[in-house]
Formats: sequence, C-alpha cells, structure tokens
Amino acid sequence: MIQGIPLEHFLIVSTIMFFLGVCGFIIRRNLITMLMAIELILNSVNINFVVFNRYLYPDQLQGQFFSLFIVGIAAAEASVAIALIINIYRKLQNIDVENVNELKF
Amino acid sequence: MTGYTYTVFIILIPLVMFLVTGLLGMKWRPIVSGLLGTIGMGTSWALSLMTAGSYFFGGAHHAEGFQSIIPFELTWLRFTETLIIKMGILLDPISVMMLVVITTISFMVHLYSLGYMHGEKGFQRFYAFLSLFTFSMLGLVIATNIFQMYIFWELVGVSSFLLIGFYYQKPSAVSASKKAFIVTRFADLGFLIGILILSFVTGTFDFAKLTEPGTAIFGSAASMSFMGISAMTWAMTLIFIGGAGKSAMFPLHIWLPDAMEGPTPVSALIHAATMVVAGVFLVARMFPVIHFQAPAAQEIIGYVGGFTSLFAAVIAITQYDIKRVLAFSTLSQLGYMMLALGVSGYGGEEGLGYMASMFHLFTHAMFKALLFLGAGSIIHAVHSNYMYDMGGLRKYLPITHITFLIACLTIAGVPFLSGFFSKDEILVAALHHNKILFAVEFIVAGLTAFYMFRLYFSVFWGKDRHYHHTPHESPLVMTIPLMFLAVASIFAGYIPFHHLVTSDKIGFATEMNYMVAVPSVLIGLFGIAMAWILYKKESDVPAKLAKSWGILYTATYNKFYWDEIYLFVTRKIIFNYISRPIAWFDRHIIDGFMVGIGLVTEKVSYQIKGMQSGQLQHYAFMFVAGTLALALSMIYFLM
Repeated sequence: MIQGIPLEHFLIVSTIMFFLGVCGFIIRRNLITMLMAIELILNSVNINFVVFNRYLYPDQLQGQFFSLFIVGIAAAEASVAIALIINIYRKLQNIDVENVNELKF
Repeated sequence: MTGYTYTVFIILIPLVMFLVTGLLGMKWRPIVSGLLGTIGMGTSWALSLMTAGSYFFGGAHHAEGFQSIIPFELTWLRFTETLIIKMGILLDPISVMMLVVITTISFMVHLYSLGYMHGEKGFQRFYAFLSLFTFSMLGLVIATNIFQMYIFWELVGVSSFLLIGFYYQKPSAVSASKKAFIVTRFADLGFLIGILILSFVTGTFDFAKLTEPGTAIFGSAASMSFMGISAMTWAMTLIFIGGAGKSAMFPLHIWLPDAMEGPTPVSALIHAATMVVAGVFLVARMFPVIHFQAPAAQEIIGYVGGFTSLFAAVIAITQYDIKRVLAFSTLSQLGYMMLALGVSGYGGEEGLGYMASMFHLFTHAMFKALLFLGAGSIIHAVHSNYMYDMGGLRKYLPITHITFLIACLTIAGVPFLSGFFSKDEILVAALHHNKILFAVEFIVAGLTAFYMFRLYFSVFWGKDRHYHHTPHESPLVMTIPLMFLAVASIFAGYIPFHHLVTSDKIGFATEMNYMVAVPSVLIGLFGIAMAWILYKKESDVPAKLAKSWGILYTATYNKFYWDEIYLFVTRKIIFNYISRPIAWFDRHIIDGFMVGIGLVTEKVSYQIKGMQSGQLQHYAFMFVAGTLALALSMIYFLM
C-alpha cells in the first residue's frame, strides 16, 4: 500500500498537521475548534508512530499499538473536554476561551 | 589517703540548697528558705572545720610536709586519650584553708542576712543565690585541675553578677552588675588563653602534675616563644590577668567599687572575703609554675599588687560612701596579698611571702567581712551610705561600735591583733626582696590606718546628727556574726600559719622582725592619731585641708578618673572606630545583601506577574515558543 512512497512524505504530512494543530490551538477562540486542533496534533503523532514502525521495524508492532492507545485516550480526553465545555457554556452562555480567565494572579 | 570522702558534702550541700530554695522557695514562707540555707551552710561549715582539723592536726605530720590528697575524682569529659577533663576534690593546705574561710564567712553572712534582708522582696532568691555562690566558690578552691577551676571561676562570676544586681529595679545596681560581669569576663578571656597555652605546652590540666617540684613537663616550653617572650611567661601573665580581673587589680579594679550596689552582706561575702581573693588564690595555686617557669610574670604580679595597694589606699581617703571606703580598702589589701606573692621565693624561709599572703588572706577575710557586716549594721540603722549623714553613733549601736573598732584596729595593724601579724610578715617578705615595694607598703600601712579611722571617727564620734528616728542596735541574729568575727579577728593571728600553709608544704620557723614591726606599728599609730585629730571632733579642718590640695584632691575623689578613661576608651574609641564600622558593615553589607536578594525577587516577580493572564492561549503560545526556542538552541549549539 505504501510501497514507493518515501518516509519523508509521511513526515512532511504529519509535520504540517502538527503545526496546523498548534496554530489552531493558539489562534481559534472557540473551545470546540481548539479541541479539534488538539485532535489534529494527536493524529499527526499517530502517523509518525505508525510510519516509523513500518519503515524501521517492519516485523514489530509496538508503534501501531501505541497509536491505537492514543486513539483510545483521545476519545476519553474528548469526552472529558466536551463535558467541561458544556459546563463552561452553562456558566458563561458562550464557549469563547477568552472569557475563561478567572484563574490568574 | 582515704577518709576524706565526706568533703564531697561540703560542696554538695550548698548546691542542693540552691536547687531547693531556688525552685521551691517561692512556695514557702520566706523565712523557710533562709533557715534552710543557713542550716545547710552551718553543716558545710562544721564539715570544713572537721576537714581542717583532721588535715592540719590529724597527726600526719610528715617530714616532707603536708600531702596533697584527692579523695574524690571523676572523669567528666573524655574528648581524646590526652584531653580529659576531670572533676574532683583536691585537699592541700591552701584549699583546706580556703574551705574554712569560705564556709565561715558564708555561714556568718547567711546568719546575718536573716536579720539584714528581713522583709525584703526576693528573700528566697537572695538565699538561693548565696548558696549558688558558695557552691561555686567552694568548687573553685577544691578544683583538682585548672579547667575545673575555670568552670567554677565563671560560675562565681555569674553568681556575683546575680547578687550585685539583686535590686534589679535600681538602674545603678543593674549597671554595676553588668560592669562587674563584663570587666571580669574580659579578664577571664586572658585566663582562658593562658590555660590553653599552658595545657598546650604541658599536655595536662592537673595541678598535681603542674606544681610538682622539679617536674619535667615544661621541657618543651623553653624553646617556644612569642614576640621574644617565652611561652610560659605569656601563659602565666595571661592567667594572672584572669586573677587580676577577679581580684580587681589595677587597671581592672573599676568594677569593685560599683559592686557595692549589691546588698551589704553580699559585699561582705563576695567582694571582701571570698570571691575577690580568688585571684590571689589562683596565683598561689600556680605559684611553683610562676616562680620557676615565669619569673618575669612574678615581677609583674608584685608591682601590680604594690601599685594597686597604694592607688586604692589614696582613693579610700577621699571617699564618703562607707561601703566604697571599704571597697577601696579591700583593693588595697588585695594588693598586699598579690605583692606578697610577687616577692616570695619557694621553699622554707624563702617562701615567707607566700605564707604571708595566705595568712593575710585568712585574717583579711575575717576582719573585712566584719567591717562590711558592721557597715551593714550601720546602714541598717541610719538608712544611708554616706558618712556625712552619720556621727555620734557609738551611743546607739554599742555592739556594732565595739566590733567595728576591733576590725579597724586589726586592719590598722595594731599589735597582737591578727592584722598586725599577717601584715608584718608581708612587710618582712617585701623588705627581703624588693626595697621599693617595701617602701610602698610601708606608706600604705599608714594610709590604711588613717582612712579606716577617718571612717571610724566620722561614723561613731563627731557631731550627733539629726536622725529621722533614733538609730537602734541591730537584732541579735545580726550582732552574733559581728561578735564571732570580732573574736576571730583578734585571735586569727595566733594560728601558726608558717607551720601549716607554706609554699612547699613544709613548715618553717619564723620570728618577729622588730626592725619592721616597730616602724610599721608606729606609722599605723601615726595614721590613727592623724585621724583622731582631724575627725574626732567635727571641724572644718578636713575640708580646708582638702581644699589646699586642690586639683589633686578632686582627682583622687573622682578615683583618678579611671571610670571616665574607660568610658572614653570604650565609647569614643572602641565604639566609634571599631564597633560602629563593624555594625555598619553588618547592617549594610551582610544584611543588605540578604535584603537585596529579597527585594530583587519581589520586584522581578511584580514585573513578570502580568504574564500570568489567565488566558489559556497565552500559556500555550509561551509553551510552544519556549519549546521551539529550546529546540532551536539545541540544534544550534549541539550540531
């Protein structure tokens, strides 16, 4: 399936995904969008895991299993985050991150 | 050797009394503490007399003299194999004699204070401190090694401090106690350094090893020197400075007159009879070492003693506070004792000065304690310390009058009283060794007679003053000690000291030297006669005389401005040029550094606290930026 595609291409894709995620996390104000950005970051890491596993140690499966774990944990994290976001919405009537600034000096 | 184990109780009883009256005294009626202390002291006294009796007259008269006995010794601190500090009891002629002196005077003072301190606030505290003092003083004289002596030496200093400051609500008493403590503590620094040098050279603290004749432990000392002066001379001079501080030798004498702020019985016990002779005792204890290893130090001791005795006698003439007259008289007599040690040789007839010094110590303790207790009785009756508030008291205070007169005659050296014998021995010793010191002491003998009788006549004779209420004789509990001490003052001179207390512990024969005795009695009588003429009747002759001396009189009256000199040196020079810069350095550099760290931290955190905005995305940005910066710098520096 991936015969003929060099490793660098995958890495370029994952790097682009990672920085898109970081930029999204920093720039977007909407908490749901930020959550989506985090998912992008996580998935870029997943790609790296799988690709390195496949290219460097084709006879082993640790990288792939690790990415499965990350998918699972990302699901749990998303559920917790969405619960928080719902609570924030109930309290503030919006989900703009700039309004969540109570915790400071 | 054994059989003296009970001497442990002589010292333990006062300690127990101190703890009991000190801790529980406030729960009882005051008189209970007083009685307990007095009874305990009486027991110690009886035990001391028993010790002295069996030691001096117990039959064990060897040809080689009295033995040093150590009935009890325990190892207290074992630091290394060679550095061991012991606690023990050493009985030899001088320590047994001191036991008798201390317990006698202390018992008399305990008894006397039952009357004198009656109804005072802090009666229990007073007795607790008296017991503490007696304990430490006894521990000092029976010390088997110089380190134990140093420990008790400091304890004595502390109890003296506590007792001088007994009236702690009186500012003058507080400052006097501080002065006494600081001056003696300052001198003790010398003592400590001396001990360290001595033990470094000899490798031992034990008196038994140090004072053994012909001992070899000083072998290594000869090669050591510092600034051209041998190590032993340094050690002995420094130890003598410690002794001079305690014995109030010039120029460390300034604390003793002020110490008279304490209650009068305390002055009698501590500042006349016992503590102030600790310095003399120390020199006597180290005498073989000083004499053989550090003759230069012995010279110093002699001259310091001689100068102090003259200096103090001159000041005593002009003072009006009776306790201060007595204080300066004490200084003068202590000078005598030091001088006698300074001119003494070792062994047999040569050791006359040593014997005379101890003899005078003994008799002086009796008559000076009597003088102070008598002065206390007078103050008790008149409620003033000043001679010009007194006069014609002989009618009101008959017992005090007679006993005081006996004491004055004794100190003036009138024949057949104890002071005559001991002073005479000192003069003979001085004549044999140093003519200048003999001349000084000869003059001082006359001055002593004069100022004592000046005191006596102006208090008991002269014009009758108007007293607020008629002075009355003190109660029996106060006059019994006076009478006892008067008897002791008369007869103490007949104790054959030249057989009992000598430099090499072997007795020698001595006889009256009329070439010295007759002139010294004559000058004493001359002094008495002068006082009789000037002060027997109230007249303005003394005032006119004082005026004719002009500036000399003023200087003497102000104790030659030594207090002012000390104040000048400490305040103007030491405080201004040493303490202030050090304080400045501490406050600005050391403290400033620490304060600066705190201040910088606070300022910086104030500046950067705005970074914690509560904005999640700021944090994320900083985090990412930081990570990138780290990553880039690692790539830059490591690649």
